[in-house]
Amino acid sequence: MSATEATARTMSYREALREAIREGMQADERVFLTGEDVGAYGGSFGVSRGLLDEFGPERIRDTPLSEAAFVGAGIGAAMGGMRPIVEVMTVNFSLLALDQIVNNAATIPHMSGGQVQIPVVVRMTTGAGRQLAAQHSHSLEGWYAHVPGLKVLAPATVADARWMLGPALADPNPVIVFEHGSLYNREGEIGDTAGPAGDITRASIRRPGRDLTFVAYGQSVWTALEAAETLASEGVEAEVLDLRVLRPLDTDAVISSVTRTHRAVIIDEMWRTGSLAAEVSALITEQAFYELDAPVGRVCTQELPIPYAGHLEQAALPNTTRVLAAAREAVGGDG
Amino acid sequence: MTGAAGTDALRTMLLIRTFEERCVELYSAAKIRGFLHLYIGEEAVAAGIMPALEPGDRVVSTYREHGHALARGVPARSVLAEMFGKVEGVCRGRGGSMHLFDVAHRFYGGNAIVGGGLPIAVGLALADRMAGRDHVTACFFGEGAIAEGEFHESLNLAALWRLPVIFCCENNLYAMGTALARSESEVNLTMKAASYEVPAWSVDGMDVDAVADAARRAVLSVRAGDGPCFLELRTYRFRAHSMYDPDLYRTREEIARWRERDPIDAYVQVLRDAGTLDDAALEALRDETRAVVDDAVAYAEAGTPEPVDEMTRFVYAEEAAP
Ligand SMILES: Cc1ncc(C[n+]2csc(CCOP(=O)(O)OP(=O)(O)O)c2C)c(N)n1
Repeated sequence: MSATEATARTMSYREALREAIREGMQADERVFLTGEDVGAYGGSFGVSRGLLDEFGPERIRDTPLSEAAFVGAGIGAAMGGMRPIVEVMTVNFSLLALDQIVNNAATIPHMSGGQVQIPVVVRMTTGAGRQLAAQHSHSLEGWYAHVPGLKVLAPATVADARWMLGPALADPNPVIVFEHGSLYNREGEIGDTAGPAGDITRASIRRPGRDLTFVAYGQSVWTALEAAETLASEGVEAEVLDLRVLRPLDTDAVISSVTRTHRAVIIDEMWRTGSLAAEVSALITEQAFYELDAPVGRVCTQELPIPYAGHLEQAALPNTTRVLAAAREAVGGDG
Repeated sequence: MTGAAGTDALRTMLLIRTFEERCVELYSAAKIRGFLHLYIGEEAVAAGIMPALEPGDRVVSTYREHGHALARGVPARSVLAEMFGKVEGVCRGRGGSMHLFDVAHRFYGGNAIVGGGLPIAVGLALADRMAGRDHVTACFFGEGAIAEGEFHESLNLAALWRLPVIFCCENNLYAMGTALARSESEVNLTMKAASYEVPAWSVDGMDVDAVADAARRAVLSVRAGDGPCFLELRTYRFRAHSMYDPDLYRTREEIARWRERDPIDAYVQVLRDAGTLDDAALEALRDETRAVVDDAVAYAEAGTPEPVDEMTRFVYAEEAAP
């Protein structure tokens, strides 16, 4: 296969994750995948379909409905020298395992004075938009990003889905990976080698622009790109910065983009109060205050549990209409 | 059950079946969205347990709860309007299929977190106990929930405090794609309850009479203040876990074998043998339930969407606590 052919390789976000898991398992026999219905069922979002046949039940390890136990066991196995990938079906159910992640995975390396490493990867689906109602629609990335000791990733593109897992597995720290539920069917090119997608320290500019910076992550990156297209037709060039890594944040990338565009709108599917957007906004105010030509804007989920009814859910989420309104406010009279 | 009670149980099962078969069509037509978990095959459980409860008793359920709600007397039209996301729905369109709440019927949801309802049931029972009311709380959950810590913590607490909870475990053998034996080291579920000193019975959940008998016994004991009970109701879901599930983890033969034990067909035979049901009466019951479902569809179709500016109502209480 020539390099160009390989570069043009296209697959779905779901397949990209599967290929990344497969590669991780082939490269290191300490790597195993565990979680509810990852084996016989093929993963509740189909990510691990076929892997049971390929690797067998020891390494594609189905669990009972016991989030606290199997996430905790993943943490323990990592302490014991394995390289577990733990799949928690969704962030909503990760709340049952929050104790293990926050009280154990995040603290023990430091609390033990550096004696213990916890190289575990915990993957989970996040987000709303599919009329699954309040208990299946949370976006709690910022809760995890709040916790020192954890690294938090949010692949938004197919290439990131393909390449971020490798470095996450190689990282000696607990890494939480958020996969937005609306992304699994997205198709995209992955390239033949990792390139910038294989980095888990930097944000990435998905669309350059001079007039305004959209800061986003996960599904919101696509909302931002859509809004940027509309703005372009109005003569406003918005830059779209995909955070990719939610902890530790790539502060330099945020500040340098805002320093060029002088305006920022942050798009975040968390609730506004205490959101990740709040943190990014505070960073900009602290480090680029004198660069700003307009107040920092935030488009977050409205302050309510996500309703089932489709029109209410769409109104509650950071949709393109709301993003455009915030962008137009930011560029104001001289936009 | 004899006489009118038997006919009522059959009517309830037919209503659930007819309602849910219509839901499948409405889901294909995109009138119902999100997750839809069907109870088809498990009707005898709800139809057997609910008649044992009094109007003041409480019910806590799961995301597979249409059958529980209908059997409890929640109107089909309000349930369907909810699934259409309309103001006329039990939760004004905010909850959908997985979150039916109807406090007038003492129906406390509709919980989509596996095991999430059990502690709440313990608390409702605690409130009744502390207020000196002799109500009981029936708490439904699947066998998959038994692997969750919340199951064990709740059983222990209810037993320790001798609270009036009937734990109704609907053992349909699969939690999504995971068969019981692949998720439990001890598959005898009543033993788990017994280990908390909770009296437990295993019941044929495809036989509505057997379920009703067990429910009456359990309610009697729990209401008398003897502490919680655990019922294992052995049943089977005829359909996939949800509309998203390709159902590749069970054999067609296994499903066919269980379908031969269809609780509705079986009970029709029981009532026929007892001489309390003939063709005309059965046809009349079918017509009646079809009419209820037709009415529900018309009602849900004609319903109104909640205005977007009312969306944040009920995030906080609108009235002072009673
Ligand atoms: C805490 C939690 N983990 C995972 C899920 C995803 N999930 C929804 S239903 C289900 C299977 C539950 O099986 P069971 O309790 O036996 O009930 P059934 O669906 O068979 O009625 C799973 C894994 C969830 N909703 N909540």
